[in-house]
Amino acid sequence: MVTVSMEMQILFAGLLFLTGLVGFLVRRNIIFMLMSIEIMLNSAALVFVIAGSHWMQTDGQVMFIFILTVSAAEVSVGLALILQMYHHFKTLDADALKKLRD
Amino acid sequence: MTTLIWLIPVLPLLSFLIIALFGRLLPKKAVAILGFGSVALSAVLTIVAGIGFLSSPPPEGVILSKIYTWIETAGFTAQIAFLFDPLSLVFCFVITFVGALIHLYSIEFMSDDDGFSRFFAYMNLFVGSMLILVLADNLLLLYLGWEGVGLCSYLLIGFWYKEPDNGYAARKAFIVTRIGDTAMILGLFLLFVSFGTLDISDLMQDASEKWVTGSPLAVISALLLLGGALGKSAQLPLQTWLPDAMAGPSPVSALIHAATMVTAGVYLITRTHVLFMLAPVVMTAIAIIGAVTLLVAGFSALAQTDLKRVLAYSTISQIGYMFLAMGIGAWSAGVFHFMIHAFFKALLFLSAGAVIHLLNHEHDIFRMGGLRKKLPVIYITFLIGGASLSALPLITAGFYSKDQILWFGWSSVISSHWLWLAGITGALLTSLYTFRMIFITFFGETKTEPAHKSGLIMTIPLIVLAVLSLVGGFIEMPENIGPMHLFSGLFDGFLPDVILNERGNHELILQILSGVVTFGGIWLAYRLFYKKSAFAIRYKESRINKFFYSGWGFDRLYALLFVRPTAWLSEIDKKDFIDLIYKNIAGVTVYFNLIVSRTQNGKLRWYVLVLTIGIVVILTFMISL
Repeated sequence: MVTVSMEMQILFAGLLFLTGLVGFLVRRNIIFMLMSIEIMLNSAALVFVIAGSHWMQTDGQVMFIFILTVSAAEVSVGLALILQMYHHFKTLDADALKKLRD
Repeated sequence: MTTLIWLIPVLPLLSFLIIALFGRLLPKKAVAILGFGSVALSAVLTIVAGIGFLSSPPPEGVILSKIYTWIETAGFTAQIAFLFDPLSLVFCFVITFVGALIHLYSIEFMSDDDGFSRFFAYMNLFVGSMLILVLADNLLLLYLGWEGVGLCSYLLIGFWYKEPDNGYAARKAFIVTRIGDTAMILGLFLLFVSFGTLDISDLMQDASEKWVTGSPLAVISALLLLGGALGKSAQLPLQTWLPDAMAGPSPVSALIHAATMVTAGVYLITRTHVLFMLAPVVMTAIAIIGAVTLLVAGFSALAQTDLKRVLAYSTISQIGYMFLAMGIGAWSAGVFHFMIHAFFKALLFLSAGAVIHLLNHEHDIFRMGGLRKKLPVIYITFLIGGASLSALPLITAGFYSKDQILWFGWSSVISSHWLWLAGITGALLTSLYTFRMIFITFFGETKTEPAHKSGLIMTIPLIVLAVLSLVGGFIEMPENIGPMHLFSGLFDGFLPDVILNERGNHELILQILSGVVTFGGIWLAYRLFYKKSAFAIRYKESRINKFFYSGWGFDRLYALLFVRPTAWLSEIDKKDFIDLIYKNIAGVTVYFNLIVSRTQNGKLRWYVLVLTIGIVVILTFMISL
């Protein structure tokens, strides 16, 4: 079995997070932004699994299942909001929605 | 019974609290019952306490009931304690009895007003404060009542606050009386520094023992107290607020600006008469101020066209008589005139209020006329009040009270014939302006039709006051008419008697003279304003009439001397250094606010970017540490 050092694993999770963050920042379509959030969430969950395997504990994987549940709930709410947004504004552009300010 | 004296001021105050807190929830009927009932109950208590006091006078001559220690510090104690003696008895009686009648009248007068409960709350607060003023046993508690009535006066003048003019009149009254009040509180400080107490009876005792007659401290403190009295009682030179105070509802004018509050100055001076007698200069000043005021106000009353303003100037003039009486040492005559004046002036104001109310708020007497047939009851009550005001001999109460002042003006040692002359000229003016008002308002052709008749609730107080304005004088008669000295007997040994001079006993001649003057005034009014002589019409357009109409131009003079310089100073001082500091603090804050509020642009991705940058910065710091 090929062993990958922990640094590489963490680096991979960090890159994954960065991908999500950059995607969130550069995309204007709200669906893509939601997907980017999912990527960031999963990268965080990955760190839990890595840590769990490092210390030979099951807690990391339990935590992963928690995060999965939370993200599923979050996506369902997010998608419902997106549907409402499209219904109201006929657009999925996040920048078009800045009326919250006033 | 004497233990219940504290209830007299507390009842109206309690009713004020209930109406002020729950006035919106209570139905009008409950507010009316509370407002009128509390004052009426106080009146009953006063009468019962008064009868008890007179039938079995306490050995020390006064009843003192201590309620509560208000302030206690090293070297100073102020009690909430009520002093019941003949003087406070007379004032309490007038305040509660006339007050109760005016409250009753107000129930109908204010029935259509949105501020019904507010009105009764203020009125009850006023009655409570006024009772505290006259019952207080120390000058600090007196000052509390003094300021309380000032506040109520302000609130009630500006009662119809939606008119900006009424608010202006209210502020004017407040500020002008405040000038006097400032002098008064300085006087209290001076008395406290000199004697270390503010208890009235202790003060008077100490003052008569430690100060010699005419000593500078006595003169200064008497002058300062006089300043307070001048402001409250609308005497020269602080009289300008009273005519404008007529902006308030008529019952307010009757209760506050005729019967009770404006005579608080008379009360203060009489209460501290020992101090004033130590300062003969100030006594002379009081007499002269009274004499000049009664003439100035009398001439002004002659020129007014607003029914209530005529009465306002007349009030100033009559209080001038009271000051004149006090200045010549005729203390009980001054208090007697106060009581009779309260009856007939309240009657006149209530009748005038009824006329104004029934004519849909018509104030101008030249647009009235012919009301004698339309409103017979009000005509008769107004006529009685007017007759009493102009001191119609023998049958009216006003004759007995005013004649006493004129007689002492002639015969007192410290008076001079000039003061008497001013008084008798004032009497001529009084009957002239009174009957001018009556002839123009009630005679001639009808110009405005009354909307309806006055109701029973409004009529009863008028009739009661009319009876009092006629028979109220019989309790005190001149020596040569009848041996009746109930009123001055009340003050025997309490207020000093007038010392008569050697000018001889011409009392009958003087009485006939004042009677002739009264009838002369009526005849003149009849010739000038009923027959409408050419002279009267020419006079109405003349410049001197306009001068009198403006109240001798005092308002313009004060505007020129005080108001405009102050406004000018504040105008040029608008941008001084201190203002700049605060202005710049505000400016910098606004500037940063503008910068920071730019970041709140509503763009989601912008927020995330800032957040990310923030996290990166914090992480960098944490790692590098």
